[in-house]
Amino acid sequence: MNSEIAIDIRNLSLTFETGDSAVHALDNANLSVAKGEFVSFIGPSGCGKTTLLRVIADLETPSLGSITVNGMSAREARLNRHYGYVFQAPALYPWRTVEANVTLPLEIFGLPAAERRTRARTHLAMVNLAGFENKYPWQLSGGMQQRVSIARALSFEPELLLMDEPFGALDEISRDRLNEQLLKLWKKTGKTVVFVTHSIPEAVFLSTLIVVMSPRPGRIIDVIDCDLGDERTLDIRETPEFLKLAHRVREGLRAGHSYDD
Amino acid sequence: MPAIPTTTSARLAATGTMTPFAQVWSGVRRGALLPVATIAAIILAVWYLACLPMNRDLPQLAHVDGLVDRYRVAWSLERPLLPAPHQIATELFASTLGTPLLRETADGMVLNPRNLFTHAWVTVSATLTGFVIGLILGIALAIAIVHINALRMSLMPWIVASQTVPILAIAPIIIVALGSMGIVGLLPKAVISAYLSFFPVTIGMTKGFASPDAMLLDLMRTYSASPTEIFLKLRWPAAIPMLFSSLKVSISISLVGAIVGELPTGAQAGIGARLLSGSYYGQTVQIWSALTMAAIMASLLIAVIALAERLTLNAMGARP
Amino acid sequence: MSNAQTATAGNPVMRLVAALALGTAVAIAALLLAHRGAGGLLALAVIVAWAALWYANVLWSRSQSLPNMLASLAGKGVPLVFGLTLVFLWEVACVGLKVPSVLLPAPSLILHKLASSLPQLGADFVQTFVRAALPGWLIGSAAGFAAALACDRYDFLRRGLLPIGNFVSALPIIGIAPILVMWFGFDWQSKAAVVVVMTFFPMLVNAVVGLSAAGRIELDLMHSYGASWLQTLLALRLPAAMPFLFNALKINASLALIGAIVAEFFGTPTLGMGFRISTEVGRMSLDMVWATIVVAAVAGSTFFGVLVLIEKKVTFWHPSNRR
Repeated sequence: MNSEIAIDIRNLSLTFETGDSAVHALDNANLSVAKGEFVSFIGPSGCGKTTLLRVIADLETPSLGSITVNGMSAREARLNRHYGYVFQAPALYPWRTVEANVTLPLEIFGLPAAERRTRARTHLAMVNLAGFENKYPWQLSGGMQQRVSIARALSFEPELLLMDEPFGALDEISRDRLNEQLLKLWKKTGKTVVFVTHSIPEAVFLSTLIVVMSPRPGRIIDVIDCDLGDERTLDIRETPEFLKLAHRVREGLRAGHSYDD
Repeated sequence: MPAIPTTTSARLAATGTMTPFAQVWSGVRRGALLPVATIAAIILAVWYLACLPMNRDLPQLAHVDGLVDRYRVAWSLERPLLPAPHQIATELFASTLGTPLLRETADGMVLNPRNLFTHAWVTVSATLTGFVIGLILGIALAIAIVHINALRMSLMPWIVASQTVPILAIAPIIIVALGSMGIVGLLPKAVISAYLSFFPVTIGMTKGFASPDAMLLDLMRTYSASPTEIFLKLRWPAAIPMLFSSLKVSISISLVGAIVGELPTGAQAGIGARLLSGSYYGQTVQIWSALTMAAIMASLLIAVIALAERLTLNAMGARP
Repeated sequence: MSNAQTATAGNPVMRLVAALALGTAVAIAALLLAHRGAGGLLALAVIVAWAALWYANVLWSRSQSLPNMLASLAGKGVPLVFGLTLVFLWEVACVGLKVPSVLLPAPSLILHKLASSLPQLGADFVQTFVRAALPGWLIGSAAGFAAALACDRYDFLRRGLLPIGNFVSALPIIGIAPILVMWFGFDWQSKAAVVVVMTFFPMLVNAVVGLSAAGRIELDLMHSYGASWLQTLLALRLPAAMPFLFNALKINASLALIGAIVAEFFGTPTLGMGFRISTEVGRMSLDMVWATIVVAAVAGSTFFGVLVLIEKKVTFWHPSNRR
């Protein structure tokens, strides 16, 4: 892991003005993420974790405070294609084949056709979908579609991977498999990953850093270093170290009134 | 962020069609008054400006010089190719409120044919008659189609295909055929309106009667409900939204049918007749005012249906 | 299949075939009888034929009791039998009851007139469909789409123009025909102009809805790529809008043909389907009128059918077209 800072957030606040009321989505957030880290944002709905991710992605503008991504503003980072975004839904275009979906960003960035094709195939192989290039999205299962979405986010090799509850719509067994694959992918590519989830085991299993957030207003309650080591398999979810970290996360959520009505 | 949609517009958007007034009204409440007013003003301005180039070949402008004078003349021509909006408005008022509605004849007081309202009434009465006939027949056929499978398979492809066929072209035949049997006046036009409005109602109601979820039908079956009970308690209420959107399409089409029905044999009264006589005698302002009256009638008819829809859906506890 | 199964499976098929055969045979007999005038025997034959053919339809629509091949044909076969039965009843009623052809010509007369007037009908078709309806449909739809793009680009325009557009499309636009005849003359240009006005608004309304059909997430994705308005339009919003655009094109297809024909009722040179209808109606030769209507019907449904085929190819990905 690098000592260089990938994401630097200082005193960040975001308020949504809606008609008659103001929603404080984020209140005075401070966070520093080093390069190569796997960071999870965890919290209940309304705690601002997706909002924070979208601020990093320049899909929302903060009301107060500052943020730098890879040493530049979020907007510059977006225009310079520093990150790939994976949404809650696969967001694949149904009129494009799997391969054409993965080359979509490459087309927009103006890469030549031959290079687009090789990159698409490489990254589809990386997510274990080699051979599915000419299928259409609706011919694939939910998990496979999400893997295509990940391949698409990686195809232009950004330094940052931003993921918003990517496995939330899948069943637990598919989720476990995809968690394993994601971890392998992260180790192989060495990227910085920011991962939003509302699943405590998922956060503890995947991350090197866990950011616990609470709602009303959205705040960062706790930042937990997660040092379960490099070689993680699904079995570590029963080890005492894992349970201790999960407990600490849960305590943080309770302190943030996440379990209150 | 967009504001929450208002009651009528949300429901109408859900049923797939927006009445003109609901659109404009919901737009107003969403702060679209300024854009709509601006665009309307721009259209009006362009219209006024266009009067001169459109009318430039008319003899009255031949010897007039100077832009201001030319425009002044162009806006007050007697038989302009493009009348100015105020000319149309003036003619409209003069021929409706400015003319007596009733007139003394040997048979007593009758509607004055010089009054545009008379013509409007002639057309609207045929429209409404045909609309109601088409409505009743359409619903009856839809009920039959939903309950008799053989009828559905026989008829539906033809009814759907009929939408691709210009059925309005049959109008002259109806007029002449019925005329040769001595049936003239309102009834032939009503027949045209009826068969035009019959199709959207049948298609819409068939879709509506078949719209209940399979789960709801199963529930009725667990109650051993008879087909009649299922129809009255489930299919009919479920079809009401579809009914109203079909009615809006149906009333516009009925109006067009009634107007077109006045064309083939050169009827003496009605909006279509006014359009025809205006075009024969080159009375452009008359054509435009008849057209405006037709637009007003269409809007009123649709607004009435929209009101009926809102009252009915409110009484049925629809989501505001 | 065991013998018992074949016996029960064969029964509905045999009854269906028998009903069709009986119905057709009696129908032909009735048609021949009709030329000798109405009578009890004719009425009986008509009723038997009608009942047999209706019974055939009832059997054919019960697809569970039929073998797969026959059941899959039912969708086309049942309406076909129904349509032919209707034509048969029309023919036998006209001939048998000696209905005057000024009131309602028999189908045989119409077909005969159709066959013998093909050049005339062809010329009318070209004048109305090829010269007026088709160009008007293209121009009106293209203009409506261009206006929708402008509305999409400039929100102020959309908020102002769309309510007005919705308002205008509820009006009887066909009334504009006499005005356009005055402006563009009696020939096909005024009819094409009517079609342009009629097709502009459905396309405008549908295209505006279609252009905003792309999902929030998909739009965010393009934003995350720093894509320009044009790139987003071409890669995402245009394909997503296709179902709506085709919906408008199909609606416009019917409107175009109706508009072109009815506009001719207001005045046209000596050519055109609308002209043919209104003149022949005046001359009381209704067989020619019906022949023109048959041509219009075939033109309308073929035009529509071609659009449906193209739509299926372009929007193959839409849930309604899959599998």
